[in-house]
Amino acid sequence: MGAGRGKPRALPTRPQYRASAEGGSGADPGGEAGPAWSGVGGAGDVSRPRVSGRRTGACGLLPLPPTTAPNGSSGPSRDSVEWEGRSLLKALIKKAALGLVYYDLFRDPLNWAQTGKALPGGPLGALQAMCKRTDPGPVTVALDSLSWLLLRLPCAALCQALCAMSRQHACRGGGPAAEQLCMLGLLHRELHGPGPTGALSSLAQTEVTLSGTAGQASAHILCRRPRQRPTLETLWFSVLPDLSLDLQGGPPLESQPHPDPHTPQVDPASHLTFNLHLSKREREAKDSLTLPFQFSSEKQQALLRPGPGPATSRIFYEPDAFDDLDPEDPDGDLDV
Amino acid sequence: MPTQMAASLCITFSPSTSKGVSLTVARECGQLVFLEGLKSSVDVFFRAQVEPHPLQFLREANAENLQPLYEFVREALKPVDDGEAAWRCPVLLVDDLSVLLSLGMGAVAVLDFIHYCRATVCWERKGNIVALVHDSGDTEDEENNILLNGLSHQSHLILRAEGLPTGFCRDVHGQLRILWRTPSQPTTQRDRSLTYQYKIQDKSVSFFAKGMSPAVL
Repeated sequence: MGAGRGKPRALPTRPQYRASAEGGSGADPGGEAGPAWSGVGGAGDVSRPRVSGRRTGACGLLPLPPTTAPNGSSGPSRDSVEWEGRSLLKALIKKAALGLVYYDLFRDPLNWAQTGKALPGGPLGALQAMCKRTDPGPVTVALDSLSWLLLRLPCAALCQALCAMSRQHACRGGGPAAEQLCMLGLLHRELHGPGPTGALSSLAQTEVTLSGTAGQASAHILCRRPRQRPTLETLWFSVLPDLSLDLQGGPPLESQPHPDPHTPQVDPASHLTFNLHLSKREREAKDSLTLPFQFSSEKQQALLRPGPGPATSRIFYEPDAFDDLDPEDPDGDLDV
Repeated sequence: MPTQMAASLCITFSPSTSKGVSLTVARECGQLVFLEGLKSSVDVFFRAQVEPHPLQFLREANAENLQPLYEFVREALKPVDDGEAAWRCPVLLVDDLSVLLSLGMGAVAVLDFIHYCRATVCWERKGNIVALVHDSGDTEDEENNILLNGLSHQSHLILRAEGLPTGFCRDVHGQLRILWRTPSQPTTQRDRSLTYQYKIQDKSVSFFAKGMSPAVL
């Protein structure tokens, strides 16, 4: 139970997902919060994606329009407390996973159980080892979540590790780096400052920021391809209970209020006991009135051309019997 | 106020006992395992400990994690009498996590503790966790904000209890906003959040829709 306010912050690209099951007991849909997949701090519930031992680089179909990056190298999907992104990440994995390898780091990410099965180097070491174990070829790594890593590692170390992983994979594969390793990461935007978030964004070719309105989630997709202009697109979507993705064309209709064209315009001054209407002559007089303190062009001209007449002013003074006016010393009558 | 709220909430989970649940009786029956932080902390300081105490971090200058506290939770959940009375759908109530921050633990250490508790209580034992975090609204308190947001992202349900925005009221003590974070609901059109107002009574809490307090109807 969180008492208080929370402020509301998986790259949908080539969807070949890798995750590897270590000690996973197969599909176990029961339970309140079962582990997700490639779980670095993941909190999956309900259905897990299909787990199989086959590792394949095959490509699946993307439900999103082709304007999103087909060859993205990596990208964070940013969510917030109000609009969570884990379900979108799972939906993308489910949609496209042909061969899924699942690394379960949910139960013991910090090796508290001391079972001896943990990989050296903590979760980052496990991630690097996983990338090294893969066959060369196009592959996608989905991370839930990057925030977990970013809270426990220095930002620079994490960024360097992510870059190094994609470079190493590219070297082994022999093809261009952008087509070899695709990384999807989930980032919770309230947990980090603008610095680390910006650093991870700069590594990414595509960023998906989740928000929403009127109960409908939206994804703002910013795509930065090399030598091309960045593109920004907004998609409205919902994730169904079976983790399938449902894309809608535009924002929900209830959020666009439109005036009823059949309502006649009512004149509010028509049924009063006093008259608020102006006659034609009155209206003309009102429009031609210049306000005294308004600086109009006529006043400006009058000031620029000081002429005789009303511009000068005079004072008329009639001294009475007790006044003793002395033009040489006007203050002579003061007893100072 | 939120502390009282948390205690009252667990009572309303079983509506048949509207007069409240006797925690002492539950403890004697073995239905409740209760770690009283204040009393236990005295043991840490003034009694020699053979094995790591759950609140061992109070003694250590640089306690890095809350593993002893997690081990306590795990031991408490182990079935007694060789599995005859196994815990079924246990509930872990933590009151409250902000105290751990003020005792010197970092937000990441507290989040790790909750993560391990989730792995054991929620995934292994199919239970639930209810944890309380205070939000003073202070944007300068980064550790508390990280804890609050990190916990929110791990949760399926967020209950925000806050005072009325219009000020103090004798008959309505506050409002509760319920936010569902999992989209896997039976119907996708379900409301993601609901707001109720509440009044805390002697041993229970009464909830009503906004503006529908019995005092004003």
